[in-house]
Amino acid sequence: MTAYEMVVGLEVHVELATRTKLFCACSAAFGGAPNTHCCPVCSGMPGALPVLNRRVVDLAIATGLALGCRITRHTQFDRKNYFYPDLPKAYQISQLYMPICRGGSVQIDVGGARKDVRIHEIHMEEDAGKLVHDPWTDRTMADYNRCGVPLLEIVSEPDMRSPEEVVAYLEKLRATLQYLGVSDCKMQEGSLRADVNLSVRPVGSEALGTRTEMKNLNSFKAIARAVAGEFRRQVELLQDGRAVRQETRRWDDNKDTSFAMRSKEDAQDYRYFPEPDLPPLVIDEAWIERVRASLPELAEAKIARFQRDMGLSERDARALTAEKPLCDLFEQTAACCARPKDAANWVMGEVRAALKARGLAPDALTLAPEALARIVLLTAQGSLARDGAREALQAAMDASPDAPLDVDAFARAHGLLLARDDGACERAVREALQAFPAEVARCRAGEEKLVGFLVGQAMKRMPGRGDPRRVSELLREALRAPDA
Amino acid sequence: MKVTRELVDSVAHLARLDLDAAEREAALRDLTRILDYVDALSALDTDGVQPMSHALRLQNVLRADEPAPSMAAQDVLQNAPERKDGCFLAPRAVE
Repeated sequence: MTAYEMVVGLEVHVELATRTKLFCACSAAFGGAPNTHCCPVCSGMPGALPVLNRRVVDLAIATGLALGCRITRHTQFDRKNYFYPDLPKAYQISQLYMPICRGGSVQIDVGGARKDVRIHEIHMEEDAGKLVHDPWTDRTMADYNRCGVPLLEIVSEPDMRSPEEVVAYLEKLRATLQYLGVSDCKMQEGSLRADVNLSVRPVGSEALGTRTEMKNLNSFKAIARAVAGEFRRQVELLQDGRAVRQETRRWDDNKDTSFAMRSKEDAQDYRYFPEPDLPPLVIDEAWIERVRASLPELAEAKIARFQRDMGLSERDARALTAEKPLCDLFEQTAACCARPKDAANWVMGEVRAALKARGLAPDALTLAPEALARIVLLTAQGSLARDGAREALQAAMDASPDAPLDVDAFARAHGLLLARDDGACERAVREALQAFPAEVARCRAGEEKLVGFLVGQAMKRMPGRGDPRRVSELLREALRAPDA
Repeated sequence: MKVTRELVDSVAHLARLDLDAAEREAALRDLTRILDYVDALSALDTDGVQPMSHALRLQNVLRADEPAPSMAAQDVLQNAPERKDGCFLAPRAVE
């Protein structure tokens, strides 16, 4: 049987972190009561004229520079015409002929292999309004608050060959956009959205198959499943001797399959033409250099610095930088406790596990770095045992960001601090050895596994919580001494 | 470019215009004359001439990213034929 491979390209839309919309001074904030962020420009009143937001151009240039794109020096906007209730003007202002960025790439690591996914282009455009179906009237309710919010559409080349590569590309792109401060990239609020173009071909073939486009993908997991599912569907069609139709499909994550939305035959004719209401945009060297000088430290630079200055492995440094909220927490925690390796282990281990257990995305994290730093420090000093430290971490994550947890007070109040007092430990060890003379004898005769039992017995005899490491040390010393 | 009846129908549909027979004939006649007039430009040698999309010598008209008050929601909705819960109510468009 023929073996097939998938060929995937992505169109990623990100809402930019500006205060105002692309062409008017209305708020670009998410939410708000319906139709309260609207004005004559974004609600399509006749005679209203758009004026470009300078910050959008700055963010588009910053994105292009970070991804190694060429910045188009002489650019303009184009008008894309279509009738749909999400767009009161009946056209979207976008860029077709002269996108602001071309070329560039995103470097990904999958299964130890490094690969560049090329960027085809990046263009600026306006978002559309939000439509909600009203079951009572069986009609559509339109809220235009999001209408005119600035977007970048980042179009990749069809360079991805597996769901893992697709997710790696998205994660890297999201981290880059977050480090740049270009977008918060919250998929649950729609500020990062991806459409997947996928075709299949026999392995070894250079020709591209017929592709489909999938929409309605609202998490990285859904995207990975959609890519795997659509690959299966297309391969089955070809193996049955049927053809793939070029069409737009909607992924249904609950049913784990996609449904045809519209096919090429009724594809729309958008009648693009240069936007007459906006004069051309000329970007000179000085503008680009101004943006370049303001670029923050990006993931690759951080990875190098974490290895050089903090002694982390490349693997840990990469894992830490993959998600900006976790990376920020790590940097602040490490600065507070001056133990970067321990801080890294805590963030990648316990903090990530706790987020996962709570079903939270990293950007929902409100853990105060000072509290985590204290937990890291107390654990490293042996004042907190692993389970006590975990308990403190849970409490620190529950605390509101305005009133971070006082870790020392919490540990004291809950009896989590380990007895470091050797007197108490020695007493407990002595009592345990006296209570189990037979086991002591067998231990001394070489039955190593009984040591754990005796440590447990000693721990039970501690007044507060014993430090298991210290108890174990003392117990072993006592076992070595013949007269104990 | 030759303007056909099919092209007139297609353009009318894209613009959501409901033309009767007389209007379609008029549109065919007018569009043909307009395109013939513009065709005169084809006689000129435009090699090496930058395409121009704007007649005014303006560029980089920009504004700062500073918010200003939006319209009151009732004003935004003033022209809505129907509304519900602060939203425009439109014929069913979503699945």
